[in-house]
Amino acid sequence: MRRRADLDTLSLNLTLGALAVACVVLLILPTVVVIMVSFTSGFSLRFPPPGYSLRWYVGLFDAWQLQFAALNSFKVAAWTTFLSVVLGVAAALGIARSRLLVANVLDSLFMSPLILPGLAFGLAALIFFSMIGWQVSPLTLVLGHTIVCVPLVVRTTVATLAQLDPALLEVSASLGASRWHTFRRVTLPLIGSGILAGAFLAFMSSFDNIPVSLFLRNAGTDMLPIRMWQDLESLLDVRIAAVSGVLVLATLVLMVIMERVAGLSKRLR
Amino acid sequence: MKKRAIYYNVGYDLKLALPLAGFFLVFFITPLFLLVFVSLHADPEMKRFGFDQFRRFLSDPFSLNVLGRTLLVGAETTALCLLLGFPLAWLYIRSPGWLRGVMILIILLPLLTSVVVRTFAWIVILGRLGIVNSALMSLGLIDAPLRLLYSEGGLVVALAQVHMPLMVLPLITALSRVDPNLADASAALGAGAWRTFMRITVPLTLAGIIAGCLLTYCMSLTAFITQTLVGGGQMLLMPGYIYQEVAAVQNWPFAAAISVIFLVAVLAAVTVFNLLGRLAQSVEYG
Repeated sequence: MRRRADLDTLSLNLTLGALAVACVVLLILPTVVVIMVSFTSGFSLRFPPPGYSLRWYVGLFDAWQLQFAALNSFKVAAWTTFLSVVLGVAAALGIARSRLLVANVLDSLFMSPLILPGLAFGLAALIFFSMIGWQVSPLTLVLGHTIVCVPLVVRTTVATLAQLDPALLEVSASLGASRWHTFRRVTLPLIGSGILAGAFLAFMSSFDNIPVSLFLRNAGTDMLPIRMWQDLESLLDVRIAAVSGVLVLATLVLMVIMERVAGLSKRLR
Repeated sequence: MKKRAIYYNVGYDLKLALPLAGFFLVFFITPLFLLVFVSLHADPEMKRFGFDQFRRFLSDPFSLNVLGRTLLVGAETTALCLLLGFPLAWLYIRSPGWLRGVMILIILLPLLTSVVVRTFAWIVILGRLGIVNSALMSLGLIDAPLRLLYSEGGLVVALAQVHMPLMVLPLITALSRVDPNLADASAALGAGAWRTFMRITVPLTLAGIIAGCLLTYCMSLTAFITQTLVGGGQMLLMPGYIYQEVAAVQNWPFAAAISVIFLVAVLAAVTVFNLLGRLAQSVEYG
């Protein structure tokens, strides 16, 4: 009887363990492959590479189209993050502690861009801007991106506000601090890491956005992910592997910093 | 009376949500209404009103096939994510602190890496001369490269990798809330490990499972880049269909109609998942 129970436990642990290891391999494999291919000395995306060199990274210095697109993406992502934080934090403060039905409805509304197909919204935004006579420009990109990125700021800020003890605010108020003073000296320091995590997620999400950018950009506002996608579809360029290597490294560094500073992983659950 | 005044003084006003609400009204709700408005035109020049575009989609076997395959690929991806993601979350909960740190980095990295980069990796892995084909050929299992890229199987695996974090993170939260005493009690009462797992652990994490499934399902339905690069031209799915109608055919009313049908399909899926979530909660607490 005892022996059978042990076998039972063993088989469960082995099965789940094996699946978990398979999952880890699945999660890591693509990143490792991209990094290795980016250092290839050859002209193709063959794996394993015939030899290793930095030639494709060096080649990035001359790739003005990619640099131009990267700069555009960075600018749009920075403005999107700014707008998302200003609008998102204010909205989060408004709805976080409210039990009114309106607050619930607004919460669902603000979260809906996360679930709805981005491409359908991109098309809708293009129709909207062309009907009111706005040319596609960095501005239309920022406005469209803000819709799909602001939910991330609202979500992380609402989550940290929920953990904030209201007694602290009452103490501050009863000691004579004005509302603005209380916000700046008590609330903001306590929810700052949540806002920071949300801002980081919004920036990454905007920098990487394709479905909305696809319809709201033109040749003058080329965006990096779209440039990469089009290069990949047409010629499987090895330089894209080098760009990918740079992006993975930058992401990894930012992620470790954000995990330390803002407890990123806790904010995502 | 004084206490009440102070209480109101610290609560934030709902008015603070007004700027974002206004922003959404102008740049989100209005565009979506315009999308519906455009879809209700009978001709590409948008001169006549009518339900012709919807009739065309719903009576066309090709279009219905695209919709069906999109929903199916999403379901397959979600199932694969759950099959591999649940054990990973389970392992995470049982790991010591330092290993958890490493695991969370591994789980988060795909979420934050550019989608193009992740998808690009799958082209290298699944291509004719990619890792899988080279390995199978050097092992002598196959003579000629298999067609893995541009196949449904390859697409599902790539989509599963891209969206795995969205499944694993809610599962970790759900599993960490399960009281370990319950499993011990189940074992003490004579249930085997499998029985305890299936009858105690899985039902108690049902809400997390449904939350994870909702996210992965919705995201894999709309993953345009992964779908076009790994799925290729022969595997047309809904997002690619919309893009094709706008960019190549320039039939805006039909593209808008496809978008509206797609939106409705996704909303229906969300509703089903939400209903399941309510049911799961009543099972958990009821």
